[in-house]
Amino acid sequence: MAVLRHSAAFPFLLLLALLICIPALVSGVWLNDDGGGVEEEGEQFSEELFLKPLPDRKVLAHFHFQSTVPPSAANGRHHHLFPKAIAQLVQKFQIKELELSFTQGRWNYESWGGSDPISSTNAKPPGVELWALFDLPVMEIDATWKDLTHALSGLFCASINFLESSTSYFAPSWAFRSNVSNLRYGALPREAVCTENLTPWLKLLPCRDKAGLASLLDRPSIYKGYYHSQRLQLTSTKSTGIVLKQTLTVVLKPDVQRNSAHSSLDKSIQPSWSVSSMFKKNVTGLCVPAKTSRIFFELETNMVVELEKLGYGDSWSNSIFDLSPNPVRVFKESNPLPGRSNSIIYEFINYSEHEPLDLGMKWKLPFIWSCSQAPFHVSRFLMGSGNERGSIAISLQSTESNKEFLAKSHGCNVQVLIFQVVPWYVKVYYHTLQVFIDGKPQSVSDVIEKIQVSPSEDKLFPGTLELMLRYPCSVQSVALTLDFDKGFLHIDEYPPDANQGFDIPSALVTFPNFHSSRSYVEDNFSINSPLLLKFQEKNVVRSYTEALLVPLTTPDFSMPYNVITFTCTVLALFFGSLLNVLRRRVGEEERLLNSKGNTTRIRLIPLLLSKFSSKLKGRTDGTPKSSSLLGSKFLLILVAVLAVLWHYISN
Amino acid sequence: MAGIRGYWTLAAAAIAFRLLLLLCFPKDLHLGSRPEVATPLTSLRRLAEGYWLKQASMSPYSGSMYHGSPLLLSFLGQLTIRRVEGRPPHFYCSLMFVVVDFITAILIRATGQKLLLSRHKSFQVLNLSKLVEASGTVNPGDFASLVYLWNPLTIVTCMGSSTSPVDNLMVVMAIYGACSRIAPLAAFGWVFATHLSLYPIILIVPVILLLGYGLDAPPSKLFLHKTSDASSSGALNQSPDKSGASKLTDNTIHTFSWVQVLHFVLWVFIWLCYVLLLSSISLEDVGGLSEMFRKTYGFILTVEDLSPNIGVLWYFFAEVFDFFRNFFLIVFHVNILFMILPLAIRLKHRSCFLAFVYIAISSMLKSYPSVGDSALYLGLLALFCNELADMHFSFFLFCGYIGVSLLSPVMHNLWIWRGTGNANFYFATGLAYACLQTVLVVESVSSMLKHDRMLRKLVKA
Repeated sequence: MAVLRHSAAFPFLLLLALLICIPALVSGVWLNDDGGGVEEEGEQFSEELFLKPLPDRKVLAHFHFQSTVPPSAANGRHHHLFPKAIAQLVQKFQIKELELSFTQGRWNYESWGGSDPISSTNAKPPGVELWALFDLPVMEIDATWKDLTHALSGLFCASINFLESSTSYFAPSWAFRSNVSNLRYGALPREAVCTENLTPWLKLLPCRDKAGLASLLDRPSIYKGYYHSQRLQLTSTKSTGIVLKQTLTVVLKPDVQRNSAHSSLDKSIQPSWSVSSMFKKNVTGLCVPAKTSRIFFELETNMVVELEKLGYGDSWSNSIFDLSPNPVRVFKESNPLPGRSNSIIYEFINYSEHEPLDLGMKWKLPFIWSCSQAPFHVSRFLMGSGNERGSIAISLQSTESNKEFLAKSHGCNVQVLIFQVVPWYVKVYYHTLQVFIDGKPQSVSDVIEKIQVSPSEDKLFPGTLELMLRYPCSVQSVALTLDFDKGFLHIDEYPPDANQGFDIPSALVTFPNFHSSRSYVEDNFSINSPLLLKFQEKNVVRSYTEALLVPLTTPDFSMPYNVITFTCTVLALFFGSLLNVLRRRVGEEERLLNSKGNTTRIRLIPLLLSKFSSKLKGRTDGTPKSSSLLGSKFLLILVAVLAVLWHYISN
Repeated sequence: MAGIRGYWTLAAAAIAFRLLLLLCFPKDLHLGSRPEVATPLTSLRRLAEGYWLKQASMSPYSGSMYHGSPLLLSFLGQLTIRRVEGRPPHFYCSLMFVVVDFITAILIRATGQKLLLSRHKSFQVLNLSKLVEASGTVNPGDFASLVYLWNPLTIVTCMGSSTSPVDNLMVVMAIYGACSRIAPLAAFGWVFATHLSLYPIILIVPVILLLGYGLDAPPSKLFLHKTSDASSSGALNQSPDKSGASKLTDNTIHTFSWVQVLHFVLWVFIWLCYVLLLSSISLEDVGGLSEMFRKTYGFILTVEDLSPNIGVLWYFFAEVFDFFRNFFLIVFHVNILFMILPLAIRLKHRSCFLAFVYIAISSMLKSYPSVGDSALYLGLLALFCNELADMHFSFFLFCGYIGVSLLSPVMHNLWIWRGTGNANFYFATGLAYACLQTVLVVESVSSMLKHDRMLRKLVKA
């Protein structure tokens, strides 16, 4: 019946829908006819892949997908390319900026680079990191953050909702971003990242992983890598609309292709690789809605310098390595310092379904270079043994890059910002902060320009430390130590595998004097690649430290009943025996002595028995006849007890 | 009657020993982080953190680190500042605690002498002088003060950076003030002791009894008996000194001197206002009094910190199911309160001893006990060495205390540092310690009651 009625109603509904839609369609057509400009301003999507050989025989692959949507007033609720879920998220929670990253593995700042744009913006701490900047009054932010974590956790199949509790997120005041009050930051260092997080992330792309560059994302090969960081960055402003950047950074080790001719050199030659050998897939055509779809290949500065020393310049095919298809364009970095060679980016564009582009690099001779490092290598570690106390140490070691900087300017000072969040069960004594410069203890006020501490509150807030250090460039090493006590938790507060220990999220170290911006010279075209535009942004160099694993003492999880009974026994013992002592009458002993002297020795049990029998006798005599007060009282109690018993039994 | 020979030499030796320890092992004793010595309430490290936070214009209580009094902060804070070179940070504090310990010992000695005098007086009244001569009395003041000074627990507390010597001083000050009937001093001690560690609040009962009835004496019934005897015999003999004595007993026993008590209450009020005023001044910009109460008394009453100590409550509350938590919190705290009235009724004639029993009970059941508390009640116990001479189990208790204080650090080391033991090992020593304290309290009370009974028998005989 219902079906029939529906089918009858259907044409009418269709008609109605058509009638409603006509003006919209007309206006849409009219708008589209208005010119190409509107199309330019509409939703856009671009996909890019950035490849770079790393000095330690690995290859960096960085996928960059960018979707933009103009301010929502014009577009209404409908989106062609832009993921609706994200747009709703931005609208509902009034997000200005948001960054969510899922990372597995640790970015190796020493050999993969520390000061280039990729490492300073895309190297993320292990686990989940989320920060968001809201466009809301300060009072509402915490509640919104909680809702946001739940929404994101549903969207990405991850336990981001653990960031809801006030013990795990924090509002940094200046060390993370300069002077914002409506920012919240949270990190879950132990969150495991897997395909279940990647799939929803891919769903936000217009072509998912069915076409375009995303089709390279073969799960086994990308999760086999040394580092895997999947990131989602949102910026929303009134003027430009929402910009969604989805990046995936992986560091892969290409399989060594055995070459019999060079068997002796095999070990020293970098392994040759191609896109198809690394991802076990090929780029087959582009994602059709994408405005641009490019692959970039970078030779980093130090590599170019080494090549120039050997006299090869910027050729992509020389006696050391071959790049297999010829690039379409070449971008050279322009450095303010003249007379220095800089990194080169090759662009590859022309791939189609018929002619798959298999970008590959074939090494012919051993070649060694080093990456561009951050001015200071940052590491953090725990000191001390045992489960009672310890210290956190952060050490900054000067690197080559700093020496260059030092050569540039004399009498300079380095500024370093350190931002660290410590969970409440690690009870940090902030007064024990010690600074060692080149191994010598230094008075804190000489080095620390600015410090902001917000101590942790048991079971309420994590503790945060924001520090600004300033010291001369000539300093080789700086170390900070902080003592802490390890807390003891209630048995319910321990995670399932309590003996594994607890993670302290990575500290963030920022070098405000150093920037990772690049500017490119390209003769004919203006650069319109979102990735290269992003490289040109002036970003400060930042490094994340290792996450720390703090083992905490555990109580015996099987003991609650024993502990309760033992403790209560001791308490009862105390209470009972003390009352017994107090209750004992003064004359008791004398009376006892007297009675002992007078009567023959009667044992306790016969005495009791005789007393009891005499009472019984008295009662049997007394109850039927006497209406004495005592007897009636007894009867009353007996009846009451019987009534209560009856009540219990009947229920 | 005479004091212990060479008292001053021994006392000076105790002080010298402390100073020697302080100078010889400035850094490697690490007593300040021992759970037996420093509790979250008394740890000087936490005090230093609180002081640092306050200097950084934050509330000293932010960060769940410091839970002590704000006055202590401004009093000791300066001394805890880390100096880059020279003495270790807590050196000056420990030096001050040596002085504090010495003052405490002197006050205990003075209290003991007062007790001895009153004992002799009452024995004279009761015609029991032969008892005094027979038992070969030790001067309880000297003895107790030496016990306090040479007690290893006191020494450890004094060396290990913990503020409990100050708490102990305040408690002893209250008792001494009450014994010598100096109401302002008693009020000062009581108010500050309560302000510092809350539990001495129950000492108001013995202090008022002391001020009202006077020092420890045999039960008043005996005096009544004696006076009735004396009056009957006095009528016969017309002896002047006996009637004088009876008059004296009349004065000392029967009247509860309300004047003294009112005087005390007035002073309590004054000191209370003073403490609150000082605290509110020192916390003016950072938090306020309500935060202070929440973070000090609230912290004590709700047992928030579950780090191990020599008591049993930390493990209990780490293990107990959350929905029973409030119930057991009430049970444990009410246990202290429940014993106040029965003890006060039975021991009202021995108020000083009553104070000792209260201190022992509260240091057994308090949420963050430390050996500093035991040091205090063991010192006070020695004040009653004459009355408690025939206490049962004293050797067992002595061995027990030694055993527990040796085993407890071993178990803690096995559990925390080596990871070969587990929490139950350490908790077991805590249980044993609680049992020992129970036996001590019960036995001392029962032997004190027995002593009174014996006196009564002697008087009646």
